[in-house]
Amino acid sequence: MTKPIGVAAKTRQIVKKHGGGKSAMIAVLQDIQETFNYLPKEALKAAARAMNVPMSRVYEAATFYTAFSLKPRGKHVVKICKGTACHVRGAAILQDRFETTLGIKPGGTTKDGKFSLETVNCVGACALGPVVVINADYHGQVTISKVDKIIKKINEEGAKS
Amino acid sequence: MVNMMIDGKKVSAPKGAMLLESIRGAGISVPTLCAHEAISRSGACRLCVVEIRKGNRTRIVTSCLYGVEEGLIVDTKSERVLNVRRLVMELLLSRCPESDVLQKMARDMGVEPQPRYAADQDKGKCILCRSCVRVCEEVVGVSAIGLFSRGSCKEVGTPYNEKSEVCIGCGACAYVCPTGHIEMTSTGDKRRIWGRSFKMQACSKCGKFFAPVDQLKFISKKTGASMEELSVCTECR
Repeated sequence: MTKPIGVAAKTRQIVKKHGGGKSAMIAVLQDIQETFNYLPKEALKAAARAMNVPMSRVYEAATFYTAFSLKPRGKHVVKICKGTACHVRGAAILQDRFETTLGIKPGGTTKDGKFSLETVNCVGACALGPVVVINADYHGQVTISKVDKIIKKINEEGAKS
Repeated sequence: MVNMMIDGKKVSAPKGAMLLESIRGAGISVPTLCAHEAISRSGACRLCVVEIRKGNRTRIVTSCLYGVEEGLIVDTKSERVLNVRRLVMELLLSRCPESDVLQKMARDMGVEPQPRYAADQDKGKCILCRSCVRVCEEVVGVSAIGLFSRGSCKEVGTPYNEKSEVCIGCGACAYVCPTGHIEMTSTGDKRRIWGRSFKMQACSKCGKFFAPVDQLKFISKKTGASMEELSVCTECR
């Protein structure tokens, strides 16, 4: 991946867009994560300076929300819902399948940087349970055979592009 | 002024005061950990609970955060209050079994470690009251530390657990910490806190090491006082 402008410069642009100040912090962090796929240390430091908020406050917010990641994540982030409805409909079996197929545990990223695995508590689509969210796509009523299909499809798309 | 009944005693207090001050003003003791005169209140330790009665209803409130009200009837030693306080103490004790402050408080309250709560071994003496973070932000004004992560992983520290660039080594956090979790060691001309070593300034009159150089620089920048003036310790000034 080529970066035409530096991490800090890009972060300052993001802060400028939201107008600085403490109240825009979450929006700024979300945009940083969208841009870099995670929250780089350099970006957090630049954001704190540009927003005029202490670094400790920024780091508090960044570590509090599970939606934020301080580690680089894979191209495709697999989120397995482990809310009550999904849990009773077999989310644990799906998690097992993802873990053995991808060879990673929740919180981990595959060596080729393609997949990250995460578990989330509820995505609010309980009627579709068990739900797996990959990037922004919601997969409902997922079964073990569907897991293999989903992964195969993503791999094929990746091979094409 | 508002009038209240606290443990059967008539007490009056200025409007806007907190219950805790009125109770203590009446000579009644209430155990607290996180209430400190230098910082804003957070109600984090929850040991200051009391029972209040308004009309026919009673309820448990944290006295450090509850404003005084006309006609309030307060009970600081009812069985209900003591039960809540004992439970809070049991939980604090199982989080920080190594804290001597908590151990003594528990002994005074007749609370023993409960086998039904597994004692934490990895939390140190920190009860997560945020007093240190508050003093660093509100009084010192540098915000070098914070409480990071969430839930059972939450812990106090500097961002990324790295040596802080903004910390001035003043030790205010260690001073307000009610349980002595924050370690600060001073040996000769060095002070260590939050993993960073600070050079201490020797008093230009008596030669005693009295404050970190970084702290004096910070004060000098804030108040405009010269470093020469600040290099004299408070006793010789």
